Amino acid sequence: MAMLDINGLSISFGGLHAVDDFNVTIEEGQLYGLIGPNGAGKTTVFNLLTGVYKPTEGVIRLNGQDITGKSTVEINRAGVARTFQNIRLFKEMPVLDNVKVGFHNQHQYSTLTGILRLPKYWKVEAEMNEKAIEILKVFDLDKEANTLAGNLPYGKQRKLEIARALATDPKLLLLDEPAAGMNPNETEELMQTIRFVRDHYKMTILLIEHDMKLVSGICEELTVLNFGRVLAQGPTAEVLKDPAVITAYLGE
Amino acid sequence: MNAAELIKKRKSRDLRSSLITYGIVVVFYIVVQTMVNTGHISSLMKGLLVPICVYVIAAVSLNLVVGISGELSLGHAGFMCLGAYASTFFTNVVGDGLPELPRFILAILIGACVAGFFGILIGIPVLRLKGDYLAIVTLAFGEIIKNLMNVIYAGVDDGGLHFATTDSGLKLGEGGKKIIKGALGISGTPKNSTFTIGIVLILITLFIVLNLINSRSGRAIMSTRDNRIAAESIGIPVTRFKLMAFSISAALAGVAGVLYAHNLATLTVKKFDYNTSILILVFVVLGGIGNIRGSMIAAVILTALPEMLRGLSNYRMLIYAIVLIVLMLFNWAPAARAFRSRILEKLPFGRRNAEKEES
Ligand SMILES: Nc1ncnc2c1ncn2[C@@H]1O[C@H](COP(=O)(O)OP(=O)(O)O)[C@@H](O)[C@H]1O
Ligand SMILES: [Mg+2]
Repeated sequence: MAMLDINGLSISFGGLHAVDDFNVTIEEGQLYGLIGPNGAGKTTVFNLLTGVYKPTEGVIRLNGQDITGKSTVEINRAGVARTFQNIRLFKEMPVLDNVKVGFHNQHQYSTLTGILRLPKYWKVEAEMNEKAIEILKVFDLDKEANTLAGNLPYGKQRKLEIARALATDPKLLLLDEPAAGMNPNETEELMQTIRFVRDHYKMTILLIEHDMKLVSGICEELTVLNFGRVLAQGPTAEVLKDPAVITAYLGE
Repeated sequence: MNAAELIKKRKSRDLRSSLITYGIVVVFYIVVQTMVNTGHISSLMKGLLVPICVYVIAAVSLNLVVGISGELSLGHAGFMCLGAYASTFFTNVVGDGLPELPRFILAILIGACVAGFFGILIGIPVLRLKGDYLAIVTLAFGEIIKNLMNVIYAGVDDGGLHFATTDSGLKLGEGGKKIIKGALGISGTPKNSTFTIGIVLILITLFIVLNLINSRSGRAIMSTRDNRIAAESIGIPVTRFKLMAFSISAALAGVAGVLYAHNLATLTVKKFDYNTSILILVFVVLGGIGNIRGSMIAAVILTALPEMLRGLSNYRMLIYAIVLIVLMLFNWAPAARAFRSRILEKLPFGRRNAEKEES
């Protein structure tokens, strides 16, 4: 069974068909790319997938389960986590807490347990700290555990967003332009990190990216969007050779 | 420094910060009590001790909504009013049926529950909406509660509790006792509030609020403040946690109301108006939004100040204004923050704050 199966997904804003009859099938463990020019509807696909927008048409299945029209919170609990193109960290909270809040549904104790500092509070907090450090280490952020998220440099903020998403223990990870604003060295490092995350956490990853080096370097398959419609789909090397893709996107 | 050490450092800093806050309260109590015992305090000032505790609890609890959950509430006095009326009604109904201390403890719990219940009632519809609707609704709520309490008549007789909106509408049986008398309010409530009880309630409030902030639910609340969409994306039910902060805050405001009401011979709604809600908000803003210790200190200074300046009659308002400005600068101006963090850095206990300031 496919990890993600989207069928006939559509949404329009006013008269604009931002996403129009979008289809994709992603297998478990795949590293899949979604590319296309600005305004093609890529972020909108993520917003539909995570319940931020409700589709006017279409069905989204996660591991066979229909998640169409569910709320963002339910969809996260079903196993979808994401990052944002315009970074959305909890800026007034330390780096460590940004990850720990991601454990909200994984490591639990009641509000009263927290206020009364019952033994379970100390146990679960210690558990969370340990797991949080583990994740932060993957992104080389463990030395900044006590820094406020808003004070991190840009590239590290992007990484922290991925770390926070991972904390929710997703099956499917959606990354919206993870390399935006990074220099070539940082991008290279990020590519390795993304690969590591996929292999180590057995994650399925769908990512939006403009950096062709990253896309061709790590994505196994691609879908190209143009004006809300699928322009091409298939193994990365083939798609990038497609003349229609070259004229619509790469040639510009 | 490795991550494990960083976490240890953070833990000890959090602990130290909480201990400083509790410590300030305890020291304040000891100093004031000593002054009272040695007669070094004016009787007017003595009369302010319970109100100071009331405002500290109100300010700390409002900061939970404004600073921690990031919502604006303009009706905090309304929740105090509910706590005040519900508890004094209870106290008068029970009368001598219970010993003083258990009765007062029950009154506090009832005040907290009633105010907290109304917090949930208002929060459920309003906190679902994205946007600053809470400010408008709480503003209206405060006024409605005030006006409602102004026309309520209530009493008790052998047949149970009776409520009405006019004096004559309240038909009490033989030997019945009228308790709430419309605009005349409730009189004859035993004065159970003391400075000591006030301080204990402050400590309990701080315990609840500080421990909540440093817990799983507290982090969830702050995440909804910092970024609602991101919070949802990691599975945080935003409305539920905003509601939690709001209703706990309302319940604690109710406690402040109980303390306030059991310090008065006659309770009327006059004090629970818009101005009081704003005054408490001023404490929170001046003390630093999200800074629990700051709102506590601001509440004490600004409540005691007018009385302390009484001797300077003509300059009183001038000095009051200057203190307001200084407090504001001390809490908010970048240069003052940097200065403060340097000072705090030198104190063995101040490091947590210092690091907060740097950022
Ligand atoms: N909430 C919205 N309301 C109106 N138009 C929207 C909304 N969200 C996206 N759009 C429009 O949909 C189109 C696709 O946007 P988007 O998905 O962000 O593109 P991209 O491929 O660059 O991520 C754009 O024309 C954008 O203006
Ligand atoms: Mg986009």
